Amino acid sequence: MTVVRISDDALAIACGADRVARRFAELGHEVVRVSSWGMHWLEPLVEIDGFGYGPASPADVEAILADQAGGLCIGKIADHPFIAAQTRLTFARAGKTRPLSLDDYAATGGWKGLERARTMTPEAVVEQVKASGLRGRGGAGFPAGIKWDTVRKAANPRKYIVCNADEGDSGTFADRMLMEGDPYLLIEGMTIAALAVGAQRGYIYIRSEYPHAIAKMRAAIRLSAQIVAPFVLEVRVGAGAYVCGEETSMLNSLEGKRGEVRAKPPLPALEGLFGCPTVVNNILTASAVPFVLAEGAQAYADYGMGRSRGTMPIQLAGNVKYGGLYETAFGVTLGELVEKIGGGTGNGRPVKAVQVGGPLGAYFPPALFDTPFDYEAFAAKDGLIGHGGITVFDDTADMAVQARFAFEFCAIESCGKCTPCRIGAVRGRETMDKVIAGDRPASNLALVADLCETMKLGSLCALGGFTPYPVMSAITHFPGDFVRESADAA
Amino acid sequence: MSSMSQTPTTDREARLDAAIRRHAGEEGPLLPILHAVQAEFGCVDEAAKRRIADALNLTRAEVHGVVSFYHDFHDKPETRPVLKLCRAESCQARGGEALAAHAERVAGARVKIEPVYCLGLCSVGPNAMVGEDLYARLDERGVAELIGAM
Repeated sequence: MTVVRISDDALAIACGADRVARRFAELGHEVVRVSSWGMHWLEPLVEIDGFGYGPASPADVEAILADQAGGLCIGKIADHPFIAAQTRLTFARAGKTRPLSLDDYAATGGWKGLERARTMTPEAVVEQVKASGLRGRGGAGFPAGIKWDTVRKAANPRKYIVCNADEGDSGTFADRMLMEGDPYLLIEGMTIAALAVGAQRGYIYIRSEYPHAIAKMRAAIRLSAQIVAPFVLEVRVGAGAYVCGEETSMLNSLEGKRGEVRAKPPLPALEGLFGCPTVVNNILTASAVPFVLAEGAQAYADYGMGRSRGTMPIQLAGNVKYGGLYETAFGVTLGELVEKIGGGTGNGRPVKAVQVGGPLGAYFPPALFDTPFDYEAFAAKDGLIGHGGITVFDDTADMAVQARFAFEFCAIESCGKCTPCRIGAVRGRETMDKVIAGDRPASNLALVADLCETMKLGSLCALGGFTPYPVMSAITHFPGDFVRESADAA
Repeated sequence: MSSMSQTPTTDREARLDAAIRRHAGEEGPLLPILHAVQAEFGCVDEAAKRRIADALNLTRAEVHGVVSFYHDFHDKPETRPVLKLCRAESCQARGGEALAAHAERVAGARVKIEPVYCLGLCSVGPNAMVGEDLYARLDERGVAELIGAM
């Protein structure tokens, strides 16, 4: 009997992992369901004695067992260049442990950060997070320690920890993989946050499009309830509104209201959930904390560049040859990520553009591929790293259509609270329709630029405020796509 | 939470009350209740809105405002099977838009093709979801088979 390791991550399952696992079980072998290594082009990936075979189908199972599946064998998974070159701090367990096994978690250094935090004062815990340089991984990049300190110092004794798992950005899946693959890490991070600020309850707000992550997190919370007590955690399920990834609209949603954005101030750190001081952290922020506490702030801060310290789980997506999760220190260039690590496009055509940071992120042309992955460096190029998603497009992409889509998406998902976003997105889409139809493109593009300025400066949150990034970057870097055949010229 | 202001008179009302009661004691109970009602009946209709409003001491308008805000809640039940097809950027970059047009043609009026903005499988698109089952690396044949089996 052979022990076969296959991921039970939703992506692996969508690619047929359950059918492959069933086939091995039918033949009398022991199947262990583990988290995903994050090499998505190889899923379903089968691991036997450290060697990987993928992408595997049920028809390949007998050949794999007879060691006759040469074409599928990738050698030792841990030695694969995609894995060996990474610096996995947050995703250290990816591919290696059974997601819901408390034994596996403890055996791989789990709860060490929490144990250490329990011997420290809340101030000292916050100081560690501050010294690590950890910044919010949801997109805004706000220093996590400063946010925690604000909540710690708040007078109201009733406080909350809220984790934002409303990962709606296309091209991102790190939150999902973390929740499905290493749920106790998130629980440990949130529990440390609760100790540091004096919170009693925590909520994890997960989007409804992630049923597997919801089930895993709920099970993990149940199984670890005694370990994190007296802290109490609960999963809340979103209802299909992208804007609820914005922290204040998520808080409204948790309270049972329309997911409309709140004006700031007051900051959620002072008046957040139910008006109480609240830490709102992204999954990846909270999940970076156990390492910081277990290994020390300096060990984390030693990675990275400039004011971007530590590692970032980068997600390679879209039309990319080697798509998946790539955690590395800040500072790697966009070109290395797309061309070298990602291997260019999946279909072999030239790369035309990459969108970094989700639907509200800028489109970058290959001419800007020397930009290092760093909050400030991307801002200097009128872009953002957002949640670390990179979506690759080949040369068939029409950037005028992509610019139109950015407005359309904003119009669909706008919460409606502020005018620049609610009306601007609709007018922007209409104006882009005119540009695409060749109707006075020059004056209409000037109108789009003016509208983008208004949306950027006048919107309450990043949905309206950042929609100009994809639009203006497409216009700036791909002007040829906006010169259209006039409908009247025919 | 206090008991329902009106005693249930039909089986439907009893099921509705049970869904409300399951979550009424939670902090911010409205979304969990709406999810439970949507799962139980396939929609949150006018009668349900009024009964939920009653139970939570909200106005019917407040409940309606929340129901209408979120894509997951519907006024009427969908009678057709639903295929959620991702239409976001990463699937667009992998031929998702042409696939969506093909899916619409195959589905006709029998199956509803609903756009969804990201299933988080962005490296293996185009992707779809039926109920809670996920499908990746879809091509024209794959999506046609999927629709045919619904």
